[in-house]
Amino acid sequence: MQEHIPFIQRITGPVNQAGQCLIFLFRMLAGIRFSGSQILAVLQQTYLIGARSLVIIMICGFFVGMVLSLQAINALEQFGASDQVSLLVGKSLFRELGPVLTALLFAGRAGTSITAEIGLMRATNQIEAMELMAIDPIQRIALPRFAASVISVPLLTALFNAMAILGSIVFSIGVMDLDSGIFWSKLQTGIYFEKDFIGGVWKSAVFGGTISLIAVYFGYSAKPTGAGVGTATTNTVVLSSVLVLIFDFIMTSFLT
Amino acid sequence: MEDSITNRLDSSEPAIRIRDLVFKRGRKTILDGINMDIPRGSIVAFMGPSGAGKTTILRLISGQLRPNEGTVEVNGQLISSMSDRELRLFRRTFGVLLQDGALFTDLTVFENIATPLREHTSLPETLIRRLVMSKLSAVGLGGIEERMPHELSGGMARRVAFARAVVLDPDIMLYDEPMTGLDPIAVSTIRTLMRDTNDALGLTSLVVTHNVNQMSLLVDYCYIIASSKIAGEGPPAELSISTDPGVDQFMNGKVEGPIPFHYEPPGEPWGLLD
Ligand SMILES: Nc1ncnc2c1ncn2[C@@H]1O[C@H](COP(=O)(O)OP(=O)(O)OP(=O)(O)O)[C@@H](O)[C@H]1O
Ligand SMILES: [Mg+2]
Repeated sequence: MQEHIPFIQRITGPVNQAGQCLIFLFRMLAGIRFSGSQILAVLQQTYLIGARSLVIIMICGFFVGMVLSLQAINALEQFGASDQVSLLVGKSLFRELGPVLTALLFAGRAGTSITAEIGLMRATNQIEAMELMAIDPIQRIALPRFAASVISVPLLTALFNAMAILGSIVFSIGVMDLDSGIFWSKLQTGIYFEKDFIGGVWKSAVFGGTISLIAVYFGYSAKPTGAGVGTATTNTVVLSSVLVLIFDFIMTSFLT
Repeated sequence: MEDSITNRLDSSEPAIRIRDLVFKRGRKTILDGINMDIPRGSIVAFMGPSGAGKTTILRLISGQLRPNEGTVEVNGQLISSMSDRELRLFRRTFGVLLQDGALFTDLTVFENIATPLREHTSLPETLIRRLVMSKLSAVGLGGIEERMPHELSGGMARRVAFARAVVLDPDIMLYDEPMTGLDPIAVSTIRTLMRDTNDALGLTSLVVTHNVNQMSLLVDYCYIIASSKIAGEGPPAELSISTDPGVDQFMNGKVEGPIPFHYEPPGEPWGLLD
């Protein structure tokens, strides 16, 4: 059953949501205390969220590295430049593919579970119970997950990149018999630590923040029913994936 | 803070006083002109058809909702006009048992009960441990402190939630349907627990329930809420022989009578910051 929504609300609705989401962000940031228990909670979430995404990030990184090398060697061979493969793979990986693909995988793996977890806490009155104990649920539940994501997505991105380079080595050197000395020297001279690597890390921190803000906000404001939590979970993946790609374009065009 | 409250408590003054309370959601009036005096030390029930506003009254008393008109006083303090900050400090006055217990699913039973202590006191770990264990054995569940909430039965979860609600020694207990969905033995256990705790600690307890029999066994006084008003009130013994048609209809579960079968129009869209 499709609900009829007046045209004006199709515009004001999302704007209103975005505003509420920003207010949520400020309430979260206002809760930062650097207290022992808070740091412990962030570390715990970093472990949970990071560890949950580790395997999938490593596997995907490895295969992305292999397929990138495959395509790159195919294309470069026509110009007799297949020894440039590590440069091409490295550039595209550190600047774009690493941060973006890690973020998309993270949204699907960790973002959804954050939304579902918080939505379920809402549905089972755990959030109300906290409010009644005079514990701020935004500070206690949302903030550690947000902070943990901002920390873990760059780390996961670095891991993704490392695995992709490994995949590239396996394919280029192991399968295609390229010279490993050339592979490494091209990588070393052609990739700039500051511009390429750190630039990507900044991006991925922003992606981590975006994904987790959406995830905690949608979980927190989910309708307290099974269907409500399901919808919120889907919305998290869809919206955060779209925003990651949009922000990627914006940041790339302004930062480089 | 603890001392100042105890000093102010005057046993002749009601624990909770509600005057001319009106509460609306949007254009819909949920409660209209409610007056109550709930004496200290008593157990009081709120009954009434689904959607009548029983949970709403509990939330008005705990300060989660604010009335549109009228006042809510708890221990002589005007809850309805407190700032959020004052309210947060005042929350320690209440122990709340929500329906299904609302235990934190990611924490052990021990950590669940310890949470209010960790948040609001700076007691040393050994003392926290002793307090939690004593509350657990008081609800007859010694030895389950390392279990996770999903490993408990409904009745056990309710009792753990009970232990968590009383761990900070509240003044007033609020129960929202504490017996719903439990087997008869678990119901009696909870009922006994509620009565014993109330009398032993000198609390005042408010209970929302649908169970007329258990209500009659447990409470000192009962309010029946229907059509936004108090449709009847009195001790259970009086209510059960009341000739008032509304009270008689509710107490004996009759379909025909002045209390309409309630139709709920769709609520407002659910907002985060309301
Ligand atoms: N968050 C909300 N938004 C809008 N309307 C609400 C909300 N919560 C409750 N209501 C409405 O307020 C009225 C009273 O609700 P309340 O939860 O107090 O009923 P109740 O007496 O506790 O019912 P039950 O016995 O089913 O728990 C209902 O008509 C309900 O539709
Ligand atoms: Mg209710």
